[in-house]
Amino acid sequence: MQALVQTLIYGVETGAIYALIALGYTMVYGVLRLINFAHGDVYMIGAFVGFFACTQWLPFKDLSQHPEAAMLNVVLALVTLLLSMLICALLGITIERFAYRPLRNGFRNADAHFWGFVIALPVTAFAGAMTTTKRQGVFLFAGVVIGFIMRPVMAYLAKRIKPSGSRLNALITAIGVSLMLENGGINIFGADPKFIPDILPKRQFNLFGLVFDSSGLIILAIAAILMALLRYIVLYTRPGKAMRAISHDIDAAKLMGINTDRVISFTFALGASLAGAAGFMVAAFTNIKVVPLFGLQPGLKAFVAAVLGGAGNIPGATLGGLIMGVVESLVASKFPQWRDAVAFILLIVILLVRPAGLLGKNTAEKV
Amino acid sequence: MRWLLGRIGVVVLTCAILLVANRLIIDNIKEYYVSVLVLCGLYATLAVSLNLINGITGQFSIGHAGFYAVGAYVGGAWTMLIRPLVVKSLPILQTGTQIGDHLNLFIALVLGTVCAGLTGLLVGLPSLRLRGDYLAIVTLGFGEVIRIVILNMDVVGGPRGFTPITELVNNHGIPLVWIFGLLVVVVAFSRNLLKSAQGLKFLAVREDEIAADAMGVNTTRVKVTAFVIGSAFAGAAGVLYAHCQTGITPDSFDMNTSIIITTMVVLGGTGSISGSLLAGIALTALPELLRNDFIKEYRMVIFSTLLVVFMLTRPQGIFGHREIALPRFLRRLGRKGEPNP
Repeated sequence: MQALVQTLIYGVETGAIYALIALGYTMVYGVLRLINFAHGDVYMIGAFVGFFACTQWLPFKDLSQHPEAAMLNVVLALVTLLLSMLICALLGITIERFAYRPLRNGFRNADAHFWGFVIALPVTAFAGAMTTTKRQGVFLFAGVVIGFIMRPVMAYLAKRIKPSGSRLNALITAIGVSLMLENGGINIFGADPKFIPDILPKRQFNLFGLVFDSSGLIILAIAAILMALLRYIVLYTRPGKAMRAISHDIDAAKLMGINTDRVISFTFALGASLAGAAGFMVAAFTNIKVVPLFGLQPGLKAFVAAVLGGAGNIPGATLGGLIMGVVESLVASKFPQWRDAVAFILLIVILLVRPAGLLGKNTAEKV
Repeated sequence: MRWLLGRIGVVVLTCAILLVANRLIIDNIKEYYVSVLVLCGLYATLAVSLNLINGITGQFSIGHAGFYAVGAYVGGAWTMLIRPLVVKSLPILQTGTQIGDHLNLFIALVLGTVCAGLTGLLVGLPSLRLRGDYLAIVTLGFGEVIRIVILNMDVVGGPRGFTPITELVNNHGIPLVWIFGLLVVVVAFSRNLLKSAQGLKFLAVREDEIAADAMGVNTTRVKVTAFVIGSAFAGAAGVLYAHCQTGITPDSFDMNTSIIITTMVVLGGTGSISGSLLAGIALTALPELLRNDFIKEYRMVIFSTLLVVFMLTRPQGIFGHREIALPRFLRRLGRKGEPNP
């Protein structure tokens, strides 16, 4: 019995993380009907920002040598949390601006610029890798030139096409962005595992024979605060109201004078910042190794959580995340080798039994 | 009668070309390039078979590696586990002789194809009720579940991988004929399907499911059929893969593999058989032939960037729904000099 309750507690802690990520999926799905596959990788970037902040950017003190510096570390950890959220929000906005918006509104000159340079980058890196260190400046210049050459080529291509409204194209684009972030991460950060050192003092509390970890409680508390904040933003502020309007009917929202592009950017920023916070907290408080594929499994599981609660439904994502975490830790305690299959089996079952999710509304498809 | 003779002629000619090409290739080409050829053939087969589901029937599936894995493991299980038991009563299955090797591979191929097809039926029946992005996610999920199930099967080695299936690798040359034979069969099958009345149903489901339903097409049946055929061909490719490799692990069939196959179909043009074929060959061969560490290292980044850029600028892929056919190409060349009608 006690072991069961203990498992449930761990499940809720994991579930809180899944819920934070799932909120991003569900908000984006709500406004765009798009499965933002790259969301799990935003979570990974959050963890990497946390890693670099904790080891290089910020003056964290080693607690084993300076036990009196705990307060300083707490403040710095909060700063890191905000930094992760900020950088992830910017990343989310960038992804939306250059990958998803061209799909909606058509490929503009600015997009041609951006992708021209993205294509030129590996060419430059290739040229750089082929030469001695002396000439690398020349090749950097060549890369910029290639970027400029690519731009009109892409712009020419762009003029010939219309925006495609297909949801499948959006999904493939999202998968592509996710792969870009993962493999770009492998090339930039390296595939070797990285660990965030213990930055906060760790304690364990015993209550009724149950063990509570301080790190788990911190994760739960911060997740609860962030979710409350999100609820406030969505329900009681103007951008939140606009978000709800868009998810209700995007065309009507446009007619009412809502700048839908800006609100969609805002939605991506919100979702990505939650994922960034989750990434940092997991990396910092659970001693897990940070690798570029860090976000793959949690991302998929959080997506399952979002579908479980009802895609597009914000309370549903929280509920789905918690259920997902609890179910996973229950299964993992009995059959650890099936841990990763649980999410997919759960997903298959939900989609077959109740595709709209637990809290979602069933809508019939009209001809 | 003339039709039948023509068909038989094509088959005989293809076999002859394959055998002659095989002799030439084995005698003259370095082993490394043979392995590149093997991979090209396999990936082209996978891409064309996935194109049957994604392009021709329009049901977006991204879990193709799962069926590839089923084929590979079933084929491997035949050669490594079951054949040694059967060989005592059927000495013809002894490996090492020409006929024994071919017969073994054939039995493995049949078993792998059937099992992968059955798995496709099992996966397809429930999940094809969904459509669009949800279908994609569920197939991805099934692909992963298949991988995890194999990971937990101790009979086939689990995470350690299957012990080397080397008996046929040594006589390389044998797999090559089979691989390209399979490729020809898949391409011919897809092409003939598109030309037949049955194929029109598949296209109708892709173009407008509701309209097809209203015209009396049993859409569920068509979708499941496409799924089963596509998975069966993937399974056949898996069997051959298992017999060309020195060992297979569940990691060879992970999500990345599925996504690479999907990329080939999408870049080649969803619905274009020749597009998938060429994309499958090009995307396998280019990174291998431009063999330096840089391309190897950045291969996936380049793939994914290409995928995104293509989706934004040319979402229908390089060839779109069009095919490259030799006769039409020749006709167009011939027409060059004439004035336009």
